[in-house]
Amino acid sequence: MKHLLGIEDLDGDDIEHLLTLTDSFVEVGKRRMPKVPALQGRTVTWLFYEDSTRTRLSFEQAAKRLSADTLSFSVSASSVKKGESLRDTVETIEAMGVDAIVVRHGSAGVPRQITQWVSGSVINAGDGWHEHPTQALLDCFTIREHLGGVGGLRIAIVGDVKHSRVARSDAWAFTKLGAQVTLVAPPTLLPPSLDGWPVRASHDLDAVLGDVDVVYLLRMQRERMTEALVPSLREYTACYGLTRRRVDRLGDKAIVMHPGPMNRGVEIAADVADLPRSVVVDQVRNGVAVRMAVLFDLLGSGRGLVTVADQPQGSTLT
Amino acid sequence: MAERERRSTPPFGGVFHARTQVLDADDVRRAVWRMAHEIIEHNHGLDEVVLIGLQTGGVMFAEALGEALEKIDGTRPPLGSLDVAFHRDDIGLRPVLPTAVTDIPVDLTGQVVVLVDDVLFTGRTIRAALDAVHTYGRPRAIQLAVMVDRGHRELPIRPDYIGKNLPTRRDEVVNATLESVELGEVVKER
Repeated sequence: MKHLLGIEDLDGDDIEHLLTLTDSFVEVGKRRMPKVPALQGRTVTWLFYEDSTRTRLSFEQAAKRLSADTLSFSVSASSVKKGESLRDTVETIEAMGVDAIVVRHGSAGVPRQITQWVSGSVINAGDGWHEHPTQALLDCFTIREHLGGVGGLRIAIVGDVKHSRVARSDAWAFTKLGAQVTLVAPPTLLPPSLDGWPVRASHDLDAVLGDVDVVYLLRMQRERMTEALVPSLREYTACYGLTRRRVDRLGDKAIVMHPGPMNRGVEIAADVADLPRSVVVDQVRNGVAVRMAVLFDLLGSGRGLVTVADQPQGSTLT
Repeated sequence: MAERERRSTPPFGGVFHARTQVLDADDVRRAVWRMAHEIIEHNHGLDEVVLIGLQTGGVMFAEALGEALEKIDGTRPPLGSLDVAFHRDDIGLRPVLPTAVTDIPVDLTGQVVVLVDDVLFTGRTIRAALDAVHTYGRPRAIQLAVMVDRGHRELPIRPDYIGKNLPTRRDEVVNATLESVELGEVVKER
């Protein structure tokens, strides 16, 4: 694997492989000195055309714990402001010699386009409404940590599915690992067509709550309220918000997830977010180890390199 | 088997074919027993001794040494396992992936760490292990126990406890388990 552009490109074994690798990096994080020299001499840079706190910070933490050098770069304080095109910006970064570019952009497909212009690896950190693969990986890892595995679980993804790259990546990842996914949203917030998606859809949260193992809440994007997709935030909360009353109907072991940042009082009630079954903080914590696994797998593991046994007979094992 | 050789056997490729058996199960058991005695003698007991088996081949020998030490001395030192993949110097040159999660049960600061491996070859795994150990604290001393020392060192590394000195050709492969020590080669599966 050279790039990580989306979960759709991976199969279940690839995802399992990355989750197993993550176990090793969780252990690294617990060491007295939580740093390994695995990517010494490699350079990772960020190209974030959209704001981000946790993704950006956890990628940076991951790269530093792998001893990679990081080139910081802020789009808002760069030549992009002067009108430099995406391609020129990328080629400038490429000319400086970087091994991986982590990209977030408002338009779907930008990371894939960038792979045409660079020799290093490209990691998608969110492109438009398309995908956010490392979020899906850390979600799978967190579910595995709490419930032992993803296969066979019933997972409800609730909220603004239509505009959510997290929902798309998660739906792929969960189903590829053998879970049954139900998207729960008002008709206006579901994609116009679910053809080709291995998921079910429902407009009634109360009907699905009783028999799910994971409730995955999406951020209600307030900026979308102007588009009149829901009558009001209050009405959305009444129908789709995870209130205390709804949480009490969940099974004993069921967990509540949210990719952050949370709108307390909208998609999730303030006290629900702080319940033990809410694993939002674990999701953030696991983000570092998962991103270490992704960076190591792309830059360091040598998966795909010719193995010794492939070399001609008679050559020595040196 | 040395780690680089293990990576040329399944799932990556060839199969190990034994040509001669150097030690049988009883010989291995006696060698482990002797090394256990040497560890106790050298450290004047087992206070502060921690055994750390190197993944993959060293773990079973660390467990066997732990059992022997308990029978001889009555105390069983803490036992850990270490996967050095992230500390190797050949990352990017060949496939390097951890095979297991590292488990270091105690703070190593002030302890005497005995690294245990099956086959000592170039010494590069041990160099990586020395590097890795320091991320868990500052041991008072680090010692090295290996079942087989087959020579061909590429680094200034010397074992403290040796099960068997076995002169080899560079292209030969040594397979050391609790059942036997065999000399042979890895051949590519047809």
